[in-house]
Amino acid sequence: MSTKPKLELDPAVIRRARSLARKAGAPVVKLTKTHTTVSVERAVLRLAGLAGADHEGVPWVNHLVDAVRDEVGLEVGVTTPVFDALRRGEAPDLLTLAQKSAAGSISFRLPQGRDTSAAQSLALRSVKPGMARIDKNRTTRDRLIKRLGNPKQRPWIYLIVATGDIYEDIPQAQTAAREGADIIAVIRSTGQSLLDFVPEGATREGYAGTYATQENFALMRAALDEVSKELGRYIRLVNYASGLCMPEIATLAGLERLDMMLNDSMYGILFRDINPIRTFVDQRFSRQIHARAGIIINTGEDNYLTTADAVDAAHTVTVSQLMNEYFAKEAGLQDWQLGLGHAFEINPEIPDSFRMELAQALLARQLFPEAPLKWMPPTKHMTGDVFRGYLLDGFFNLVGAMTGQDILLVGMMTEAVVTPFLSDRDLALQNVRYVLNAAGGLAEDFHPPRDGFIQNRARQVLSEAVDLLEKIVNDQGQPGSVPLLQAISDGTFGLMKRPADAGKGLDGVVRCAPGYDNPASTLLEAGSGR
Amino acid sequence: MNIRDPGSKQASAKTLPSKTLPDLIRPYGDTTGDGMVQVSFTLPIPHDKRAEGAALQLAAKMGLAPALLVHAKAMGSDFTFFIVYGSVSHRVDLREVVVIEREFAMLSAKDVNAAIKRRLHRKLVVVGACIGTDAHTVGIDAILNIKGFAGEKGLEYYAEIKVVNCGAQVLVPELVARARAEKADAVLVSQVVTQKDAHIHNTMTMSAAFREAYPAGKVPLLIVGGPRFEQGSAAALGVDRIFGKGTTPGEVASYLVHAIGVGEVAPSGP
Repeated sequence: MSTKPKLELDPAVIRRARSLARKAGAPVVKLTKTHTTVSVERAVLRLAGLAGADHEGVPWVNHLVDAVRDEVGLEVGVTTPVFDALRRGEAPDLLTLAQKSAAGSISFRLPQGRDTSAAQSLALRSVKPGMARIDKNRTTRDRLIKRLGNPKQRPWIYLIVATGDIYEDIPQAQTAAREGADIIAVIRSTGQSLLDFVPEGATREGYAGTYATQENFALMRAALDEVSKELGRYIRLVNYASGLCMPEIATLAGLERLDMMLNDSMYGILFRDINPIRTFVDQRFSRQIHARAGIIINTGEDNYLTTADAVDAAHTVTVSQLMNEYFAKEAGLQDWQLGLGHAFEINPEIPDSFRMELAQALLARQLFPEAPLKWMPPTKHMTGDVFRGYLLDGFFNLVGAMTGQDILLVGMMTEAVVTPFLSDRDLALQNVRYVLNAAGGLAEDFHPPRDGFIQNRARQVLSEAVDLLEKIVNDQGQPGSVPLLQAISDGTFGLMKRPADAGKGLDGVVRCAPGYDNPASTLLEAGSGR
Repeated sequence: MNIRDPGSKQASAKTLPSKTLPDLIRPYGDTTGDGMVQVSFTLPIPHDKRAEGAALQLAAKMGLAPALLVHAKAMGSDFTFFIVYGSVSHRVDLREVVVIEREFAMLSAKDVNAAIKRRLHRKLVVVGACIGTDAHTVGIDAILNIKGFAGEKGLEYYAEIKVVNCGAQVLVPELVARARAEKADAVLVSQVVTQKDAHIHNTMTMSAAFREAYPAGKVPLLIVGGPRFEQGSAAALGVDRIFGKGTTPGEVASYLVHAIGVGEVAPSGP
């Protein structure tokens, strides 16, 4: 990845930034450990093999969690009452239990004494096969990569397909791979992030994207395996673990061998108005699953730049990267799994915009030398002038090449105009190939001069990031409040004020009681990273 | 084909006549009247001689004569991409161009407030939402939230406007119920997603539901905004006004005042 450092940053400032990120994040982690959510509990049931939905499309995991919650609450976790009911012979298996519970014909109880430990050990045994399948998928991926190989070049080329219809997506994804894409992202249907359930089955109707479902995951992974063999290159598949069902979608990704997942620590809070505690609890569980599954996460720092000015808000990207790094590592992810994001969104009309982009990209590169950084193309300043947009994308690609980025999301000149035409994608890939071919080696020659514009700009952004982190850790509300949550509710990030006791999905947050048991967490915490 | 006036080039360069535009014009490549345009498109056939012939046939049908096929490239085995330059035989008659002018005067926030106060003697109530599966609240937030858009504060900033922002993915019946509960004067709906014409379907469903729920003549002003609505299609969609890309909160506020009939007072009259 990186060779000699190109920016002379003060190591003490970098250490300070990381230690502030830890200081801001640790109280949040502590809080997440004392809470669970309906989606975490549903994810555990999915690991135990409960799948499918009723005739109206309501998943059985939703039925079962809701039934348990109504009768005895989720304070000790869903599995203890569920597996206690199975032990008592209320139903022969989980599916039947869920079906009967949907009809209201199961009475759950909180078992006592030996019944508790018996239910818990049955739960643990039941979750193990799901976890084993995730482990096996990881082994399979490693084997396929060994046999077929990784992309020959860096950065890896990341393309989006999104028709709404999985059966249209498949040939498009295969074509994209044949044209040079290394990573295929199936963008989700608009609004899925706000659904409090995961849709079921193969789907053919979506808006501006295709629903993330277990079946769609399986179909696309199989199609990409086929084309990987044909091309002699392992094609990676990406989806989104964000929104209200992060833990479940992460679990399904592990079960179906997805390779990368979008998973940001604060995106849902700031940009989707999802309750902060819900987000942090869901995020930690989903990241533990990703860690176990060998999945690379992609974080969403591009969003900070599309909603605020990319020059003034540059440091918020760095802060978010540091927070994402802290939360990810705490959850067991390793450096090679941290696809920290950043984007080319500085207004091209302002002088030196390209130099500032270089500075920012180098700063990220140097702060996270081992992370597979994800470099995202211009969207905000794409005006509809496709010719100018094509040039802008060329400069974006050049920054990617010059600064050693790892994952390059291919920019479309028709961004903000239409869903990309087949030809737009082809032209975009030609653009990438030309730049990488012509200037890919420039990373070797390019050393910004000491104390020149680029070095100074990078230092300035880093120091602003440290200032913001200081402000966050010092944001004291009432005694005992969590500073990061306080900062989020004060609108420290952009103008969005998100109080900890509001937002979507709040009613799905449960404070754990003594005796809370989650067999999946037990396995995940025990074998962090495997 | 050739509609250049012989010798006109030099003459016009010298005299630079009046600024009045001619009624009939053609596209401009590098010479007045040359009609030159550039188009690119993809045909779903492999690249060969026949494909190039097909591209030229399409160009001719589009009115390009002569057409010059400057680029043809296979995209995979089943598609070919073309770039064609050519002189378009059509002429544009400027007399037939219809422009939809803004039908209302732009008012300052102060004037908007004053006009509402004078005529309504109460606050003007605006209910906003993204309906259907659309979760893109950027549009509605830009217009409603105090943060605003393009340097203009949103409608929440106006003292005489009460804003109820229902957020994203609001069901049409919920929106109708909320509008009734709040006694809305106007309902603002944002539609960004256009796949499979979702914005059209959603808007028509919404306007039909309001007509059904309210007695005739009592329906609040129905306003939709989004980047892909066709200008002039408001009536077909059953709404009062469409706002497109780049609309600012000030425009919406000025329109509201105009449409509610309180804006007839001269903006800064005594």
